Amino acid sequence: MNGVHDMGGLQGFGPVQPEANEPLFHFEWERRALAITLAMGATGQWNIDLGRSARESLPPAVYLASSYYEIWIRALEVLMLQRGLVSPRELRSGQLLVPPAPVAYVLQAGNVAAALASGSPADRRASAPARFAPGDRVRAKNMHPVGHTRLPRYVRGHLGTVQAVRGCHLFADRHASQPLPPFDTTADWLYTVVFDGRELWGPQADAAVQVSVDAWEPYLEAAT
Amino acid sequence: MRPKAGNAGLYAALSCPTAHSREFASMSTPHAHAGDPPRDHPSHLGDMDIRVRALETLLTQKGYIDPAALDRIIETYETQVGPHNGARVVARAWSDPAYHDWLLKDATAAIASLGFSGRQGEHMVALENTPELHNMVVCTLCSCYPWPVLGLPPVWYKSAPYRAKAVLDPRGVLRDFGVTLPEATRLRVWDSTAEVRYLVLPMRPAGTSGLSEDQLATLVTRDSMIGTGLARQPEVTP
Repeated sequence: MNGVHDMGGLQGFGPVQPEANEPLFHFEWERRALAITLAMGATGQWNIDLGRSARESLPPAVYLASSYYEIWIRALEVLMLQRGLVSPRELRSGQLLVPPAPVAYVLQAGNVAAALASGSPADRRASAPARFAPGDRVRAKNMHPVGHTRLPRYVRGHLGTVQAVRGCHLFADRHASQPLPPFDTTADWLYTVVFDGRELWGPQADAAVQVSVDAWEPYLEAAT
Repeated sequence: MRPKAGNAGLYAALSCPTAHSREFASMSTPHAHAGDPPRDHPSHLGDMDIRVRALETLLTQKGYIDPAALDRIIETYETQVGPHNGARVVARAWSDPAYHDWLLKDATAAIASLGFSGRQGEHMVALENTPELHNMVVCTLCSCYPWPVLGLPPVWYKSAPYRAKAVLDPRGVLRDFGVTLPEATRLRVWDSTAEVRYLVLPMRPAGTSGLSEDQLATLVTRDSMIGTGLARQPEVTP
């Protein structure tokens, strides 16, 4: 989706403003927001790509005007509402009004360390050989899917070079295409594709800059 | 059914829109609703506090979450996982040529050998800075970041200015951080658009040949491992 989350190359946001001695959280609710989001993710009712998709699909003005963990909470509420885990009245009131829906898994305290330490690797066994190899010239497709995608707009249509083959990974676009389990866990080859700054931004751009993205094979076509 | 179908409708079903960000908090006017307890911060921050508390209570009552698990998650990122982990990796790479080569060849395994692995670091790649090439990492689409070695990302990393500017004007970003590189140094920006996570291996500062690995680790800043900063120079003792 061509959303406001796809920020690469936008102008007008002003300088980056690092905060000296920044605390890990600025408010107590941010601590809980992080943990609730991770714990609800563990229930298995959605996956990381559906989570990203929910954040990107917030109304654009809300996305831009919300702080980071506000975006997380708003998207979490949408994900839970979509799956009937909570009702709008429950969210408004904070009161349990409807019996709980069954969930696949509840993360207990004793399992947190192991869950965080193992993570969720995205690599999968390949079912076909990689189409591209390092050094190959490729073009990022000019595509504008309405669903979730991880190909930023600023590289679409541009010529780049495959720098590395990263293995076969769950393809985010398909992984986010089914709202409920079983998700589409088919994988595609993932490449690091590097673009010259001038290819992306024009002849006035800094010739000493290159930018890469990690792009799945369906995002790429051989350059002719 | 598309996963996003109806999001706008669902969203509209929710009350208490708080269309201000923390960053804008200082510009908004505090106001109180009848019956609200006194607050010393703008109302929308109080709204988020109430909203998240209510959510935690509701989800606990539903049996979806274990509040003690939330405590453990928070504790993990507040006390165990942070940029000090990445600093250990960098200091080891500066000290041990075999480890350096392993890190550049198979960062996931080399980093895991020091005990750092897992969520948001399942597929690690290390990027070595040299006098000729400076690497910088961004996630223009969201906030992808190598948690096991750097912890949770700072606000600026997740902010619109950084995500917008890093790929278009990385030299300008470095200026925002007070960093100037030689004109001849090439700049390479890595946009983390999939599940690969990048750790920058900054250049070892000059005059550090006698330092231990522990001493070297104190010179490695978080920003130097993202590529928006350089490693610290050691303090010169007269």
